[in-house]
Amino acid sequence: MNKFTQIIAGLLAMAVAGGAIAAGADLGQTAKQATNWTAIVMFAIFVGGTLYITKWAASQTKSAADFYTGGGGITGFQNGLAIAGDYMSAASFLGISGLVFANGFDGLIFSIGWLVGWPVITFLMAERLRNLGKFTFADVASYRFAQTPVRIFAASASLVIVAFYMIAQMVGAGQLIKVLFGMEYMYAEILVGIVMMMYVLFGGMTATTWVQIIKACMLLAGATFMAVSVLLQFGLSPEALFTKAVEVHSKHDALMSPGALIKDPISAISVGMALMFGTAGLPHILMRFFTVPNAKEARKSVAWATTWIGYFYILTFIIGFGAITNLIQNPGDFYVGGELAKGLKGGGNMAAVHLAKAVGGDLFLGFISAVAFATILAVVAGLTLSGASAVSHDLYASVFAKGCTSEQELRVSKITTVCLGVLAVVLGIAFEKENVAYMVMLAFVIACSSNFPVLFMSVLWKNCTTRGAVVGGFVGLASAVVLTVGSASVWEAVMGNPKGSAWFPYNSAAIFSMSAAFFTIWLVSILDNSAQAQKERALYPSQQLRSETGLGASGASGH
Amino acid sequence: MQDTLDRITANPKFLEFVAMRSTYSIIMAIVSAAAYYGFILLVAFNKEFLAQKIGEGYTMSIGVPIGVSVIVFTILLTWIYVRRANTEFDAINEALIKEAQK
Repeated sequence: MNKFTQIIAGLLAMAVAGGAIAAGADLGQTAKQATNWTAIVMFAIFVGGTLYITKWAASQTKSAADFYTGGGGITGFQNGLAIAGDYMSAASFLGISGLVFANGFDGLIFSIGWLVGWPVITFLMAERLRNLGKFTFADVASYRFAQTPVRIFAASASLVIVAFYMIAQMVGAGQLIKVLFGMEYMYAEILVGIVMMMYVLFGGMTATTWVQIIKACMLLAGATFMAVSVLLQFGLSPEALFTKAVEVHSKHDALMSPGALIKDPISAISVGMALMFGTAGLPHILMRFFTVPNAKEARKSVAWATTWIGYFYILTFIIGFGAITNLIQNPGDFYVGGELAKGLKGGGNMAAVHLAKAVGGDLFLGFISAVAFATILAVVAGLTLSGASAVSHDLYASVFAKGCTSEQELRVSKITTVCLGVLAVVLGIAFEKENVAYMVMLAFVIACSSNFPVLFMSVLWKNCTTRGAVVGGFVGLASAVVLTVGSASVWEAVMGNPKGSAWFPYNSAAIFSMSAAFFTIWLVSILDNSAQAQKERALYPSQQLRSETGLGASGASGH
Repeated sequence: MQDTLDRITANPKFLEFVAMRSTYSIIMAIVSAAAYYGFILLVAFNKEFLAQKIGEGYTMSIGVPIGVSVIVFTILLTWIYVRRANTEFDAINEALIKEAQK
């Protein structure tokens, strides 16, 4: 592993050089801040520590099963933290606390939406996923179906979801690092790309999971410290905190009531559906169900994940209000030019970061900055791993090179990881100046309109057939993309068409695209009377038996 | 193995158990969806209700405890299900498998 050590040394040198270059650059760009050495040192410690874990994980990762599932030996509690880590992205930490900082109560509405998908997964999917699956969710969806078409569908949908989610994360990463570390956008992208590839390439699922667990603990600890510090300023009384916030914020009492976040009931329900069912269709979340040894642990993981995510959202609400009371009264330290009218330094999403400085000084600011960067790294690593397994397990090993050895499959997943890593960096740079705010939402809409209906119907509806699942899945995928392009957030904000010209009037396509997918699956399956369809229906009882009892389920492929 | 599978599938207790557990999970899913959509529809249709204060002289609106309760309720519901599934349901499941393997 000498090569490994060399790469680490190179990376650290690059981070330092990147910081130095940034320090010398002109300050014309408003977003870029002075080089933050505390943050860089803390981040270097995090990267060093996680790469050390990766080195250990590499010695454990020998087969394709190790690569995809970490050998299946992760406990429910650990997996719950990892899932929560995947879900608590930098966008949700900075974005939601920023939303609370700007609008108060609306931020809470938003965060509740992100939580409601978890019970659905717990009650309907977790144990069936674990009992039927092996490496990817396509194993579950194609259990009794023709492998080739279902896996081609599953891989396409997964890659599209991963691509949109990844672009949003990479662009967010570049912008964030520019502000937090004072590093050039391009260096930031390349640094994220390389470190993330090392986690996945050498350590597979074991490393990706442990990086995610460590980061989740750091984020939860940091957020708890901030929320408690804020509450201590007000004698632990939320009422006193709210009173002060309402007094100093320009919106005053409107902070405490729902605002303009939800414009019409159809949009409200549609966004709710995307969040509620989209979570159960995200490939990088679904793959985590195969890392635990059995259904019992799978259920425990979602319960823990829900607990941590819910706790985290309550913290972000307090943090947002803490930012109001701490930052607005000190415009000199936190606002551009010291003027409230010019906005927060680095933009509205920096509320939590500035609060970190207000309550914990430069050292804690460095810690939170490092955590935010680590968060992006870990989420991007998880996305890459799920994209790589879609290609190597679903396309290569199950369609194009049936009967290949575990070594060959592992090699293909590593090649794919490198390709995806390079692609992520290239796309991240290409989309630097683009508006990518809609992309995470689009990923959720696609997930709830393609992967989720196919998964749900194949597992729970006896009469579902290959033809129905594949046609319906593609209809959902296509309608989700087309309708989202027609909505104001893309048609007007991204494509530059005049205001009011968007031909799809709602915030989210989910209510239509998801219904279209379910309807098509139902209709095509009902009309499908081929011999293949008969055979698939006849296989339902044995699938049901395995999904309900776990008999014959793929066990922990431990050592 | 095939014998065991056939015997379980033929066992009326198995079908009863599967039906009972499915009903339970669907009811739980509906309850959690109802809590969420109830909250969202309040936001969409009755903003005034959520904006009213929790009491005379307070700043906090009623929406804050309601919103936080939705989060806590979601977590509790998940644990209630997982507890029951991991003890009661798994025990029945195991008993059924043992019975079929005799």
